[in-house]
Amino acid sequence: MIEVRKLIKRFGLKTILRGVDFSVAPGEFVALLGPNGAGKTTFLRILSTLSRPSLGAVTVAGFRLPQDAAAVRRRLGVVSHMPLLYGDLTAEENLRFFGRMYGLEMLAARIDDVLEMVGLTARRRDLVRTFSRGMQQRLAIGRAVLHNPDVMLFDEPYTGLDQDASEMLDDVLREVAAKGRTVVMTSHDLARAEELATRFDILSRGVISASVSRAGLGANNLLDFYKQALANGQ
Amino acid sequence: MSSQPRTLQILNFVSGLLLAAAAWMSLGYAPTERVMGAVQRVFYFHVATAWVGMLGFIVAAVAGVIFLVTGNLKWDKIGLAAVEISLAFFFIAIVLGSIWARPIWGTWWTWEPRLTTAAILEMVYLAYLLLRQGVEDPERRARFGAVYTLLGGISVPVTFVSIRLFRTIHPVVIMGGNPNAQGGFSMETSMLQTMLFCIFAFSVIFVTLFWHRLRLGDLAEKVEQLKLKLIQ
Amino acid sequence: MDNKRPSSSYFQAVLAVAWKDLAAELRSRELLSAMLVFALLVILIFNFSLELDKEARENVTAGVLWTTFAFAGTLGLNRSMAVEKDRGCLDGLLLAPVDRSAIYFGKAISNLAFMLLVEIIVLPVYSILYTSVSTMRLFTPAFLGVTLLGSIGYVAVGTLLASMAVQSRTRDVMLPILLFPVIVPVLVASVQASRAILQALEMSEVMAWVNLLIVYDVIFIALAFMVFDYVVEE
Repeated sequence: MIEVRKLIKRFGLKTILRGVDFSVAPGEFVALLGPNGAGKTTFLRILSTLSRPSLGAVTVAGFRLPQDAAAVRRRLGVVSHMPLLYGDLTAEENLRFFGRMYGLEMLAARIDDVLEMVGLTARRRDLVRTFSRGMQQRLAIGRAVLHNPDVMLFDEPYTGLDQDASEMLDDVLREVAAKGRTVVMTSHDLARAEELATRFDILSRGVISASVSRAGLGANNLLDFYKQALANGQ
Repeated sequence: MSSQPRTLQILNFVSGLLLAAAAWMSLGYAPTERVMGAVQRVFYFHVATAWVGMLGFIVAAVAGVIFLVTGNLKWDKIGLAAVEISLAFFFIAIVLGSIWARPIWGTWWTWEPRLTTAAILEMVYLAYLLLRQGVEDPERRARFGAVYTLLGGISVPVTFVSIRLFRTIHPVVIMGGNPNAQGGFSMETSMLQTMLFCIFAFSVIFVTLFWHRLRLGDLAEKVEQLKLKLIQ
Repeated sequence: MDNKRPSSSYFQAVLAVAWKDLAAELRSRELLSAMLVFALLVILIFNFSLELDKEARENVTAGVLWTTFAFAGTLGLNRSMAVEKDRGCLDGLLLAPVDRSAIYFGKAISNLAFMLLVEIIVLPVYSILYTSVSTMRLFTPAFLGVTLLGSIGYVAVGTLLASMAVQSRTRDVMLPILLFPVIVPVLVASVQASRAILQALEMSEVMAWVNLLIVYDVIFIALAFMVFDYVVEE
């Protein structure tokens, strides 16, 4: 579903990604782990068509980037640590706006479904400005799944959430992932990643330095694997 | 450290010679204008520096378009170099013009189309440099710079036309034909020779400076690269 | 996987963006009230600094009004783009599978609406404060037409430059510095045409400036359409 070969991203003279090879099969849930500044957000921005690769081949949902960005966008749902919502619009209006941007048909029914799924039906007519961080993040996920994407990208979705909100988000994320979608999530919260993901990749110093599946991890602890991988990378 | 290429060294020398020759021609060779007197001699350098300013302006706008099409950062460096040179030379042209205008028009400055346009162009350049300063990512900086030079490249001529719709008092020496202009004069052959020579001399100086500025840009980039290597 | 994906039409996306801005603004009225109060303050300051007695007024009314619109306009443009940038909404817009220029036109339409609303309120206030024969001409179709053409040119360039300004480090001060040097033709032409109308000069005198305004509007809308991609991409 996602194929990345020898991806290099430079900002001027600084090289953030130094030849990333990465591939995700349909239905996989990959947690992308790594220290701050390793290039996780940059990598996800490239997959989400927001940033152009400097070099290398990137294919998402069968379409090449950056050439077929519009086709990729139609099949892609993105949740970042910023809500990407308008505070002065209600939950419903936000979804209606983004639904129109995607040209969705039967929008009203779809909005009802999505609000139900993220548990915000009761607050649908309230301004997003008045929402708690957790509610905003759930609505952000609703916004991202509105057009029924095949591939979902989550960039640190738990940023700024308390325990309760994180657990509610877990449920929503599980539901989103359960429908055969391909998911890539960056996180520095190993415990959450361990619960959700089927594969764990470690991005360090601009390359994927280690990768292990849930089965491959076996009885081992993800934290140990993570530390080991970072130590090997030095 | 690479030293200056041979052609550039020759250009340095030629530029110096041409500048001296241009100064001699405008101060000694050209005859004193009958009505305006000695101050008219500033005209030769005024026209030549304004010409270089125009060259830089056009190069910057064209480089902006080429950068947007190709995405090659080399064109961003060329655009920046052109803007900096044009900024300096238009400033010299404005100062020289003021020196001439004080006795002839009786004022250092008037809000006349060409003066006003030159002043606005300087503001466009300053805004361009400020904008570049505020953007970290070199590629975005280059894109913003190119878009802005393109906007300026189109808006400044329109500005000129719009101000021209007012009555102008700037003398139009070359095209002639404005009866309201003050301080116009008919050129003798030696005056024309001097003016053309000055334009030629400053064009060569423009090329030399341009080359130096591009080399400076490359060297600055090398320094950055070395710094980054030290950190990593 | 379904290969036929819904996609929004260009105009649907333009209208969605404009609708979203107008709906949010009608609710909060933050931007409009700030622009309006600021505009009235500028007129107040002009009153004292220029001593707008009867004779002075005849000559400077057009200049005072356009200066007011230009200053209040930068406030609105800045705010309208800052809303997109602050909560990451610009990314949300860019993730939608629509041509980037549709986002530009949507924003330009809502910015123009805000600008016109402010003008519609400022003009009667001005004519009440400074009643005279010439201020009665503020409401002729010719004057309103010139105001519309001038505002279109102002917003066309302003929306483009505001989207650059909010992405720079010195965003709050950057917009007027970028905008005013390239907007000179619009201001010159609008002021001259407005003045000619207020002083009841011949229509031929007005038309020269109106033509210039139309040319400027067409050129700069076309230019913004072509380069907006470069301003928002990464």
